[in-house]
Amino acid sequence: MSYYKPKFQHPKLPKNELGYTVADYDGAVSTLCAGCGHDSISGAIRNACFLSAIPPHRIAKLSGIGCSSKMPTYFLGKSHGFNSVHGRMPSVATGASVANRDLIYLGVSGDGDTASIGMGQFVHLIRRNVNMTYIVANNGCYGLTKGQDSATADLGSVGKYGVKNPFDGIDLASLAVLQGASFVARSFSGDKEQLEPLIRAAMAHRGFAFIDVVSPCVTFANNVGSTRSYAATRDNLDAMPIDFVPMREEIRTQYKEGSSQTVTLHDGSIIHLHKASRKYKPDSREDALMALQTANRTGKVLTGLLYLDTDSQDLNHTLALATKPLNSLGKDELCPGSRVLKSINEGLR
Amino acid sequence: MQATDTTNPEYFHKVVDCQYACPAHTPVPAYIRLIAQQRYTDAYLINWESNVFPGVLGRTCDRPCEPACRRGRVEAEPVAICRLKRVAADFKDEVADMLPKAGPPNGKKVALIGAGPASLTVARDLAPLGYEVHLYDAQAKGGGFMRSQIPSFRLPESVLDEEIGYILNMGISTVFNTYVDSMAGMLTKGYDAIFVGSGAPRGRDLPKLPGRKEADANIHIGINWLANVAFEHTKEIGKRVIVLGGGNTAMDCCRTSRRLGGEEVKVIVRSPFADMKASPWEKEDAVHEGIPIIDNHVPREFVIEKGKLVGMTFDKVEAIYQEDGRRDLVSTGEDPVFFPCDDVLIAIGQENAFPWIEKETGIRFTSWGTPIINDDETFQSTRKEVFFGGDSAFGPSNIITAVAHGHKAAVSIDLYCQGKNLSKRPPPHVTLVGQKMGIHEWSYDSIPITDERKIVPLEDLKKSLNDRMVEVELGFDVETAFIEAERCLNCDAQTVFTDANCIECDACTDICPTSCITFTQNAPEGELRNKLLVPAENTDQDLYVSGTLPTGRVMVKDEDVCLHCGLCAERCPTAAWDMQMFLYNMAKATPDLVDVK
Repeated sequence: MSYYKPKFQHPKLPKNELGYTVADYDGAVSTLCAGCGHDSISGAIRNACFLSAIPPHRIAKLSGIGCSSKMPTYFLGKSHGFNSVHGRMPSVATGASVANRDLIYLGVSGDGDTASIGMGQFVHLIRRNVNMTYIVANNGCYGLTKGQDSATADLGSVGKYGVKNPFDGIDLASLAVLQGASFVARSFSGDKEQLEPLIRAAMAHRGFAFIDVVSPCVTFANNVGSTRSYAATRDNLDAMPIDFVPMREEIRTQYKEGSSQTVTLHDGSIIHLHKASRKYKPDSREDALMALQTANRTGKVLTGLLYLDTDSQDLNHTLALATKPLNSLGKDELCPGSRVLKSINEGLR
Repeated sequence: MQATDTTNPEYFHKVVDCQYACPAHTPVPAYIRLIAQQRYTDAYLINWESNVFPGVLGRTCDRPCEPACRRGRVEAEPVAICRLKRVAADFKDEVADMLPKAGPPNGKKVALIGAGPASLTVARDLAPLGYEVHLYDAQAKGGGFMRSQIPSFRLPESVLDEEIGYILNMGISTVFNTYVDSMAGMLTKGYDAIFVGSGAPRGRDLPKLPGRKEADANIHIGINWLANVAFEHTKEIGKRVIVLGGGNTAMDCCRTSRRLGGEEVKVIVRSPFADMKASPWEKEDAVHEGIPIIDNHVPREFVIEKGKLVGMTFDKVEAIYQEDGRRDLVSTGEDPVFFPCDDVLIAIGQENAFPWIEKETGIRFTSWGTPIINDDETFQSTRKEVFFGGDSAFGPSNIITAVAHGHKAAVSIDLYCQGKNLSKRPPPHVTLVGQKMGIHEWSYDSIPITDERKIVPLEDLKKSLNDRMVEVELGFDVETAFIEAERCLNCDAQTVFTDANCIECDACTDICPTSCITFTQNAPEGELRNKLLVPAENTDQDLYVSGTLPTGRVMVKDEDVCLHCGLCAERCPTAAWDMQMFLYNMAKATPDLVDVK
């Protein structure tokens, strides 16, 4: 296997506003199986951060355990990273976000890490509305341990060994909507045109942004009968395309009237949703749940921005925590002294 | 855009930029790999089959391959292809026994007029087929321009003798010291075909410049003068020399002058320095030897005092470029400039001359004085059994072009002598072989190294200026040659794409270090070039377009800066991408002249 990527680049590789090329957002060469959907998600994250011109050192990557959780090594090699215990990335992310609210947090997890061992942590992360982007690379199987069905595998989906899954799968997107997540999206690793703007929008969103990404396991679930193979996902894909325009850019694309709707984020960035003819309202939890249930019943993979609350307030705001990262506070602020302690104690008498 | 037809070998041929640019289509990456493997003899044989004079060309080639080299598009400098060729020649074992011998006589007899690179190539390509080859030349030894015009400090005579010897030893009958003065006479001698490879021997003069006649004793035509030096008729020159002209011959003239007693040698050229025809490295070598190059000066007059040349005056000009690319040299209006000198060498170009080809032979010429030739494939003249090649066909060019002409003319002569149709050319010899050795292992060094181009060491300046027989360039040693060889990107390891296998997982797009691969909706070429990950602005380089894939998109690969690193194929789960070694050998009269495994 090649662990080395040549240093030569296209001499005309475009640069973003920071003067970086997309290659500056590269990580190490992936050690995942060739053709893994996860690598494509890594590529989409890399491209999204490049396009949004986010300085790599302002991003912190967090993950748990699993094929998915190896991913952060393979993108944003110049960002911060924390590879935590299995299913416990939410606690680490919560702590990190509270300690340094200025970093951009990007959690990467898998269906096992989120829907099995990490389920308890996941729902509380949503409930607390921690300001982060949480991507699940969802392949419906445990690729790292030879492809057993995971908790999100669809009922009746056939694994590589020919056995049908006898259980209903957990639909993480529905769960996130139901649990009150302020940004819920679903996408497909093979659809970067949609995934990239979704990641950019999620990173611009204030609060918890969840993206469930169908990511075929090329080794253990890309067979006939698997509902999450490249072919089956494409056959059943019902994609709602979106565009993302950051606040500082002018809108260049012309949209036909009635063909799209726009959503403005708290920072002035704009999301354009196409296929608006379905009268889909992304600010309605009921509509989102209805659409997801209908898609699930008909075997469709509905992708796009499913739900968005633009007025969301994140954990730091809700708890009225320090407005600056703790590491920027001085000794006097962190330890105000016995006089302040005394006045607090007095207040409690 | 139409899907690319990779079954046409010309597509992948063009991807191998160096080989495509080489007039004789030498399989460059193939022999560079052999050099890296220390298989110098095999590297030499591959060269010899294609370009006949690896030792000569490894020192003197015009190297059209190097400006074409892909490496020059991803970093500062191309691979030092030419000097690697010399490595193969320098470190090879005895090869004489491995070269083809004259074939059993086939009853056909051909005459080759002029023993330069074109004729020698024809001789080599035809001798193994049993042709009786008669090689005519006015000089005492073969080599033509290679012997008479290239100074020995660039090309030692021993190298030339060795490589010409390989050909003459194939049973060639040499008719040297014989100037052919009548084509009509040659046509009565019973030859089945005649090849004219007599070069472009007349140097251009400045007959109308005032003082030209009076100063004749100290004015020399560059190429004639170089020939006189080579054959040791001329052994010295004045202390102050002006060389007129800006081509490679001018560079050879000035550097030779430095070795024959010239102390203040100047090159004076009409055009701006950047427009000079000489190769950049030849200009560098001249400057290195302390020779100033004075540009934008048009000769005005030879200045005579007491019947002797004392200098020249020049008008200063500047180059004005028209919108259509035409260049006018416009006087700056300044006073003429005087440069003193003892001798002037005129090296301002060459002309064709065929005073010995009579009108009644039916061989007709263009108004430029070049023969009318069927096309640049057959090289057949208006008299069907007479063929032209080298500088005598289309005017002055270079050795490697002459060799390429020779190959094609030999094919034509062979077809003609068999009574076959000349326009039905034999196809090139092509192979395309997968290189996979394991899941992620290729049979070539796929990962490009970042080393910069190595510089060829030179002989001590004082020593080389003292003796014109001392070779200036010392050539690479084997360690340097290895590093330089490893700089080659192996462009002949082709990225071959099979539409039917592709599951559109994007792995190749994501991993490609130079962002060559895009999956997108098909469109006309201009539009497609613009919507790639990085727009494909270099239109000299093709787009590799697949058939329509299941999502309705196509795979588009811009060949421009592909590193041939094989990562696309390594990251491909379905082997839709494969690295396949492409070997292309242009058709020659004798196929498979050498046996390299």
